[in-house]
Amino acid sequence: MNGRAGWLAVGATGFLLLMVVPVLNVWLPGESIFHLPDYWVLLIGKIMCYAIVALAMDLVWGYTGILSLGQGLFFSLGGYAMGMYLMRMIGTEGKYGSPLPDFMVFLDWKTLPWYWHGMDRFWFACLWVVLAPGLLAFVFGFFAFRSRIKGVYFSIITQALTYAFMLLFFRNELGFGGNNGFTDFKRILGFPLADRETKMGLFLITGTVLILTLLFCRFIVISKLGRALKAIRDDESRLIFCGYNTQEFKLFIWTFAAILSGIAGALYVPMVGIINPGEMSPGNSIEVAIWTAIGGRGTLVGPLIGAFLVNLAKSWFTTVFPDYWLFFLGFLFILVTLFFPGGLIEIKEYFRWKRR
Amino acid sequence: MICKQVSLILKLLFSSLFFAAVCLMAAEADGLGNEQIQALSSGTADQKIDAVNRLALEGGMASLPILKGLEEGTLYSFQSQKLVLIKEEKVFDAVTGEEIVPFPSEEMLEKITINNKIRQVLGSTLALLQLFSPDPKIRLFSAEKLEENPDPQVLPLIQKALKTETDSRIRSVLSLTEGNIQIRNPDSRVRLQAVLALGKSDREYVKTVLQGLLARDGNGNPLEPDPAVRLEIQKAIQSIDRKLLFGEYLGRIFAGISLGSILLLVALGLAIIYGLMGVINMAHGEFLMIGAYTTYMAQVLTSKFFPGAVDYYILFAVPAAFLVAAGVGILLERVVIRFLYGRPLETLLATWGVSLILIQTIRAVFGAQNVEVKNPSWMSGGFPFLGNLVLPYNRIVIILFSFAILMGVWFLLVKTPFGLFIRAITQNRLMASCVGVQTGKTDMWAFGIGAGIAGLAGCALSQIGNVGPELGQSYIVDAFLVVVLGGVGQIAGTVFAAVGLGILNKFLEPVAGAVLAKIFILVLIILVIQKFPQGLFALKGRSEEKG
Repeated sequence: MNGRAGWLAVGATGFLLLMVVPVLNVWLPGESIFHLPDYWVLLIGKIMCYAIVALAMDLVWGYTGILSLGQGLFFSLGGYAMGMYLMRMIGTEGKYGSPLPDFMVFLDWKTLPWYWHGMDRFWFACLWVVLAPGLLAFVFGFFAFRSRIKGVYFSIITQALTYAFMLLFFRNELGFGGNNGFTDFKRILGFPLADRETKMGLFLITGTVLILTLLFCRFIVISKLGRALKAIRDDESRLIFCGYNTQEFKLFIWTFAAILSGIAGALYVPMVGIINPGEMSPGNSIEVAIWTAIGGRGTLVGPLIGAFLVNLAKSWFTTVFPDYWLFFLGFLFILVTLFFPGGLIEIKEYFRWKRR
Repeated sequence: MICKQVSLILKLLFSSLFFAAVCLMAAEADGLGNEQIQALSSGTADQKIDAVNRLALEGGMASLPILKGLEEGTLYSFQSQKLVLIKEEKVFDAVTGEEIVPFPSEEMLEKITINNKIRQVLGSTLALLQLFSPDPKIRLFSAEKLEENPDPQVLPLIQKALKTETDSRIRSVLSLTEGNIQIRNPDSRVRLQAVLALGKSDREYVKTVLQGLLARDGNGNPLEPDPAVRLEIQKAIQSIDRKLLFGEYLGRIFAGISLGSILLLVALGLAIIYGLMGVINMAHGEFLMIGAYTTYMAQVLTSKFFPGAVDYYILFAVPAAFLVAAGVGILLERVVIRFLYGRPLETLLATWGVSLILIQTIRAVFGAQNVEVKNPSWMSGGFPFLGNLVLPYNRIVIILFSFAILMGVWFLLVKTPFGLFIRAITQNRLMASCVGVQTGKTDMWAFGIGAGIAGLAGCALSQIGNVGPELGQSYIVDAFLVVVLGGVGQIAGTVFAAVGLGILNKFLEPVAGAVLAKIFILVLIILVIQKFPQGLFALKGRSEEKG
């Protein structure tokens, strides 16, 4: 993403996402061959959320060398915070006609639990979209980095954390809908979610956030901070001996990545209309790593390419050969790590080197 | 009628206690007068009952075969002169036990019929007679039968039996039953004794009985009028509570050790591989699954080709599980992992991919549903340890099994040249390589062994839980935590972490619930790591921390 070519590419992608997609979807008549079906808009919208997570993963793993297996957890926490707002917005239109969310009526709860208060205000929910993953990541990261947990140790502990939270959210008593999570949303900020225009609006917001995230990540990466992060990845001990407090750098980027993932989750939930603890399953978090790896970690475009390719492949496989998707994904993990550790972005160099 | 029976039984007791042992044969001969044979073969129901009682009274233990024969319908009268038993197409004299040859003709034999009333009397008479059987097992059975249905009528008998009973277990059952009966005695001193006896029990139902006595009747008066007895009842309840609690804690410790032994089995292979290569094998859980499915296959094949030996399929399954899992492990090491040395994070992802492929393969072959692995019959059931604590045999076997494997691994690591190589590489790969240890080969075999141990763990898991494609996933996170907590390089770390986490888990679960217990343990581990970053039992060294 250097030089004019890079900027042109970003601009072109942004134009494609923010101008061409809405035109093709909303303004072209359904029978036109250039018409983009709603299904594709939803798919691309989802993938854009994943791409934000992949960028976050790239910051911690690709640039700082910390393999986090908890990105799915932060994604879900952001999604749950947004989901709480959406649940409150259902109002009395639920199945039981109660001001409480349906699952609480089902559990025979009479009043709203204290942690649900204020969630009917959009700004408050948005605050929690940032705070929930941010605080968890900060506290967890503070203790983990303080005791110099690194490498696979850190990966495993983040995975255990994710797993524990998944089990926790599966519980009905927690007040987050248990197994079924949140669904049946009606409207966001007064706009009905079923409307095409609302959906397109969400799509555009997601696209904008993705591009802003990309630019902000670029800003981080080319700054001095970014160089310190790369130095941590390459040789942390040396950086420590040079007098840097690597703990603070790691804690910052880890928390920042968690917040990014949370925002992605918050964008994802109104679009797909459901959030449940299944999103926290450890497998989802590891999948994020493979998006990043297949595109090329340590680059900013790589994760975007990876997220798009893998998820397009996933939606194709799961409709055409549902039984073979896991085989494909499994081999992807093995082949990418064995043969393309630099990801697809390096394929060009790979061939150039061969020719020489 | 019943009083008559009891008095007869009392007499029976005296006779059996004081005379039976000395003059058994004589008693038999005397007991079976012509009159009784007549009564049994052709008398009315009441006459028959009378005859049964007198038989028991005068014959003692020796009358057992006759009464049993009567109950089972194998007792015949032989020309109204002798009683005979017909067993397996042969005729025996009911009194002397001699075979009667030649086989008498049908007309000479007449079956002695009984009705329900006689059958009832026979049943209780037989149970009481068995209280004096020389076989302690039969005595215990009889005593437990009486315990289930404490009938005041049998009280004298129980008291007599208590006087001669030497087996402590039977004594405790009998005295419990005695207390249970005496608790209704009008004499408050007797009741006091009964409460004291009941207080020694460790049964839940006794507590319920005692609590019932403390209740109040319709007028608000306590059911137990004597305040001294009421006090004792409260003490007895407390004492039972203590014992119940003790049993419960013991049960939790046992469950914790059982869980710990499973975690140990799962984590042992993981720890060896991690210590050796710095690689976390995310497919480790799938080796468990392979072991469990191999066990399933062993069971299927055994029941197909050797149906007689199906109870011992496990003996065939254990080595098979080890070999299959080790084989897959060595294959994985050769094909994937050895190309990823020095890149532990990539190895983690690649092995995750392997685990996805293995799970999907198993789904394709065996289906997504759980398969059924049966316990061999000798592993089902349990050992009654305390009144409220039964230790299941399969758990005991698994604890012993994991102990045996632990010993095996210890032997391998500490006493064999191969183990020496493994320890050398764990401490310093480069130095080990310099002095001629073939690190590549050692890695391969160690990976195979680690995977094989996981296969054994899977074999053990198949005996206590469901066997399905996701089997590995449910244990793997806990196993990781064991490795993180225990540190690598020393088996002791894994053992302490596994058993410690197992017991902690089982003590937290009743208080906090399974999920919160897991989260609490996770938090605890993160806090422990603050103090011991390399785990509780890390190798001390001066080299730079491994990434």
